[in-house]
Amino acid sequence: MAAGQTAIEAKGVTKQFGAGPDAVKALDNVSVSIRENEFFTLLGPSGCGKTTLLRLIAGFDFPTEGEILLYGQDIAPLPPFKRPVNTVFQSYALFPHMTVAQNIGFGLEMLGKPRSEIDARVTQMLQLVRMEELRNRRTSQISGGQQQRVALARALAPAPKVLLLDEPLSALDAKLRKDMQIELKRLQHETGITFIFVTHDQEEALTMSDRIAVMSKGNILQVGSPRDIYDRPSERFVANFIGETNFLAGEMAGVSGGEASVKLTGGSVITAGIPEGLKPSGKVTIVVRPEHADLVQGETPADLRGVLENVVYFGTDTHYYVKLDGSPEPFIIRQQNTRGGGQGFARGDKVGIALEAHSAQVLRD
Amino acid sequence: MATSAFKHRDVKDQPGFGAMAIICLLVLYVPILILMIWSFNSGSLVTHWEGVSLQWYGVALQNEDFHNAAKNTLIISITATLVSTTFATMAAIGMTRVKAWRGMGASFMVINLPLMVPEIITAVATLSFFALLAGKLDLNFGIGNIIIAHTVFCIPFAYMPIRARLEDMDLTLENAAADLYATPWNAFRRVTFPLMIPGILSGLALAFIVSFDDFTITQLIAGPGQTTLPLYIWNQIRRPMTPEINAISTILLLVSILFVSVSFLIARRRSK
Repeated sequence: MAAGQTAIEAKGVTKQFGAGPDAVKALDNVSVSIRENEFFTLLGPSGCGKTTLLRLIAGFDFPTEGEILLYGQDIAPLPPFKRPVNTVFQSYALFPHMTVAQNIGFGLEMLGKPRSEIDARVTQMLQLVRMEELRNRRTSQISGGQQQRVALARALAPAPKVLLLDEPLSALDAKLRKDMQIELKRLQHETGITFIFVTHDQEEALTMSDRIAVMSKGNILQVGSPRDIYDRPSERFVANFIGETNFLAGEMAGVSGGEASVKLTGGSVITAGIPEGLKPSGKVTIVVRPEHADLVQGETPADLRGVLENVVYFGTDTHYYVKLDGSPEPFIIRQQNTRGGGQGFARGDKVGIALEAHSAQVLRD
Repeated sequence: MATSAFKHRDVKDQPGFGAMAIICLLVLYVPILILMIWSFNSGSLVTHWEGVSLQWYGVALQNEDFHNAAKNTLIISITATLVSTTFATMAAIGMTRVKAWRGMGASFMVINLPLMVPEIITAVATLSFFALLAGKLDLNFGIGNIIIAHTVFCIPFAYMPIRARLEDMDLTLENAAADLYATPWNAFRRVTFPLMIPGILSGLALAFIVSFDDFTITQLIAGPGQTTLPLYIWNQIRRPMTPEINAISTILLLVSILFVSVSFLIARRRSK
């Protein structure tokens, strides 16, 4: 990933639907910049505003306030047909009265390219998505996965500056989805086009993205690499939405070297990272991922102590549920199983929990 | 078990279902079948069978009055069909492809109202309208009067299938066209319009059939020399009836069946 120029920048974008007391703010003063040649994902539950933001970039809607810059130029007032941005729709939206090749060539045709250039480009696109033999089929005669590829080829054919993808994998079955995830990464790599991908599927976002923006209720909560977002969620919503998480309640005891020491409800004191720009004080919540903690015997020194409540075997890993002293929620630990493993812990044992270095993080509530 | 048995019971298994269906079909089609059979009678009565012959078709086809009536009917129907379908298409686009506007619901009602108004009322109103035009403004368009009247009452018939087609159409397709650099006109020309064609063809067929066999309105406003086929048949049966009328009716019926079949086949092929 080249840490290149900014391709798309949203500046203070607000989108309001309706007026008066019924007005709904789908986006509330959102700012984000997306770099050139980046696989950028807008992740969030339905109704969080991710599709609205995509539609504003595509030009199907216009922002109530704010600017959308494409390489520095404000495109917010332009109609969709004047934006060098193409979309892969959730429903694919292939033209049913045209063949595969006619669909793929449509954008170039509308741009007024000569026939020979269109034909050459269509051939190239069909090769790119490995569909050469279906060139003259009607779109109703091909499978869902193939339609998906045609939709991609059609959107890529005019070589847009930015490709927008609106939950394009949601209609596919699990196996095909996995294949298409890899395929999308390959296409992005080969074409060098900036991809903006919208999804509600956190796993999809983590596997494919260079960076992720987690959205909720019309706001962007956190932007970062998949690892940033997963390991160092800055807000409770982000931590909760992405993966399984342990939340611990505590009180600030002090700050040293950019890390907080927090006195937990149970009495123990642990150190935790602080998200950028946060000055925690008073009561705080700490987050720890289940795989960033180890179960240890009750007598050994540990960060937390409790009683093993339940052990669930999952094949690749085992989940331990520990009832902590002074906490209603069980603390979950996920440990990879090894051959001949079996840690010798049993339900009812008094156990300790050792946190990996830098695994705990203070949340912005 | 009981519920699954109940579920599998089709309405077709109800006692008397088959018999009822057959009675309905007989009531619908036997009179038409009898009318067609008598058109092949070689005698000159429709009550006494003498033998099989095509002579009444010959008589009908050589009859000057029949020719004139057919010519009038085709001029009126084709013109009214084309004009009304054009209006209906524009109305359907204006009611489905724009932001909701004030009075859109009312307009929908107004467009469809002629379907609910008793035809004789429309006929009397149309007659008064043309009488007023002729009396006050000295305007009389001759056969044009009938064309105008037919165009008006054909619009809702043409409108309905076109609107249904537009409503079924995925709006994302038009978004996709715009996304792929199609100007609004190009998006309409290359995507919306081609996908509307089956609806427009159904609209054309319906409008044609409705205009082709209209009697009530035409009867009131047609002047001398403006006899259409339905009026011609009506005039003929007031005289002693010969199988010529049966032959003419059969020809009309075949034209109607042809139209309905063609529009049905188009609709079926397009929907695949």
